[in-house]
Amino acid sequence: MALNLNPNFSEAGKRYFNAYSPGDDFYEMLIGTHRDLSDEQSELLNARLILLLANHIGDIDTLRQALTLAREGI
Amino acid sequence: MLKTYNYPQFEYRTPPEIASGQTLKVPVVVVGAGPVGLAAALDLQLQGVPVLVLDEDDTVSIGSRGVCYAKRALEILDRYGVGDAVCSKGVSWNVGRTFFREQEVYNFNLVPDPDYHRPGMVNLQQYYLEEYMAAAAASRPDIELRWKNKVAAVAQSGKTVTLEVETGDGFYSVETDWLIAADGARSPIRRMLGLEIEGKVFMDRFLIADVLMKADFPAERWFWFDPPFHPGQSVLLHKQTDSVFRIDFQLGWDADPEEAKKPENVVPRIKAMLGDEREFELEWVSVYTFQCRRMGSFNHGRVLFAGDAAHQVSPFGARGANSGLQDADNLGWKLKLVIDGKAPAALLDSYTEERVFAADENLMNSTRSTDFITPKSKVSRTFRNAVLGLAKDHAFGRALVNSGRLSVPAFLTASSLNTPDCAQDIFAGRMLPGAPMDDAPVLDKGDDAWLLDKVGHRFFVLYFADDPNALDGTTIAALSNLSSGGIAVQPLVISRQPGTVKGDIPHLEDLRGVAAGRYDAKHGTVYLLRPDQHVAARWRTFDAARVRAAVARATCNL
Ligand SMILES: Cc1cc2nc3c(=O)[nH]c(=O)nc-3n(C[C@H](O)[C@H](O)[C@H](O)COP(=O)(O)OP(=O)(O)OC[C@H]3O[C@@H](n4cnc5c(N)ncnc54)[C@H](O)[C@@H]3O)c2cc1C
Repeated sequence: MALNLNPNFSEAGKRYFNAYSPGDDFYEMLIGTHRDLSDEQSELLNARLILLLANHIGDIDTLRQALTLAREGI
Repeated sequence: MLKTYNYPQFEYRTPPEIASGQTLKVPVVVVGAGPVGLAAALDLQLQGVPVLVLDEDDTVSIGSRGVCYAKRALEILDRYGVGDAVCSKGVSWNVGRTFFREQEVYNFNLVPDPDYHRPGMVNLQQYYLEEYMAAAAASRPDIELRWKNKVAAVAQSGKTVTLEVETGDGFYSVETDWLIAADGARSPIRRMLGLEIEGKVFMDRFLIADVLMKADFPAERWFWFDPPFHPGQSVLLHKQTDSVFRIDFQLGWDADPEEAKKPENVVPRIKAMLGDEREFELEWVSVYTFQCRRMGSFNHGRVLFAGDAAHQVSPFGARGANSGLQDADNLGWKLKLVIDGKAPAALLDSYTEERVFAADENLMNSTRSTDFITPKSKVSRTFRNAVLGLAKDHAFGRALVNSGRLSVPAFLTASSLNTPDCAQDIFAGRMLPGAPMDDAPVLDKGDDAWLLDKVGHRFFVLYFADDPNALDGTTIAALSNLSSGGIAVQPLVISRQPGTVKGDIPHLEDLRGVAAGRYDAKHGTVYLLRPDQHVAARWRTFDAARVRAAVARATCNL
């Protein structure tokens, strides 16, 4: 499956009046999840999160595209 | 003293109560003649309520504060008769650009759709806004402005609020039925009544400079993350009126504000940004920290809080004055109905309900922006920079870039004043109950006009028709009947085709169908509109009894 690079966040049953709101909802949760962690703990959290999400996506081809794009920007 | 602006000095007159020793009795007092207090006074004046405004100062906002006034605020200012002055003096803009280090990563256009009267944003120094509002207020016979009148004490008992007012000539007392506290972020009224406001200070400092220069930068908002001329921090550039540019430099918490403000420290920062050869003069420099906080309730008995007194946000998103004007917009008609005995005092609880909802949305959005702009931890900064890096190439990244989510009105969809849609009435679009009305170009007796200029101040029932000539006598009579009774509802027909409506119901033509499109209207669709231009209810077919019931609900009379 082609990696979706367009805005793609939404929550069932929630109506948005501004295009930025669902992405901002996610971003706040993401940063909030790291609250009060040490840098080392945050790194571990990120690793766990990537593994969880990667397994959910499952499709190795999609993951390969994401891994490639992520690496290209470094 | 500024080079481009002379602060007006409003006349102080000795209050007659000082010599007479009498207590002044008035129905409504507004404390504070900032943008929000003046808006409250202008709104109540439109409602036919006389207002006394007290302000401890005798001029407008000093220095550089509010800059950006959003479409909804401009529409409210139109109701107060100052929209044209603000828009013609101000700098209209819609496009914002965001840069990360050297590159532009993102831009937005606030109003991609052209058929609106007002632009997405107008930039204007706050002192001009206040000057125009004060002039409008001074011209209205029902508004008495008392400058250099400082409220020194306040007490509330039963149905009366008592004030002690201090002037250069001595003290006098005022008794009033209702007090609107628009006395700013430090709100002495709030303090004197022992009320709390909760929230937090952002651990950051911003240097704000108004710079006078000849520059042909386009009228756009430019925001830099980590630019080469101010590494590690953010910078914001806005064009204001009179060739004055406003620059906000993030300094960090450890900066010494007194040192940062000195011209010998400010000028090099600006030179680094603009290049050495550009000539400029400093109009104003200050250093700010920001708070995010709000009161638990905005109405306390007979005292109603509005604007910064009730809630404060960080400036990313320009939500301070913009939301304060919406407080006044929300409050005026409700207070009028309560004063007239046409609605119970519970209607004022809906002022708190709706404006707390809006304040929380403003606080949430400005807090999110602040957290993105000034990350509080290493991981937060890493994510921020990753987003900015991805934004250049990927649309999803651009949507996450948060350099300020600019003020938009809250959709009061959860308000207890709304009548929910009937199950069988299916509507598309965003004009659902609780929505702030979308504007649309219309024709009024053949002349170009705007829908929002034709509604407001009182309840309206907007009847959408295809052919106005075909409207039958029964419908016309039922619509006309709504304008009598306890709470009058003004009927207004808006038709897709040209023609005339029998009888004397006002009529607009929507020949291009912009209004019908925005309101997803078909022949016979009806909207009930609140005095503050919010949708209260809507139906696919007109039934006067349902309109009456929705008015009752919107006024807590159910
Ligand atoms: C750097 C900065 C940038 C900003 N940018 C924006 C922006 O772009 N857009 C936007 O919408 N908002 C912006 N704001 C916020 C905006 O300036 C405020 O939200 C707005 O001024 C609030 O208006 P107000 O009428 O509630 O209070 P104020 O403007 O503070 O007015 C309060 C009034 O009450 C009077 N007063 C106080 N105590 C007493 C007393 N005891 N007796 C009598 N009178 C009294 C004062 O003299 C004053 O006139 C910005 C603020 C800052 C600091």
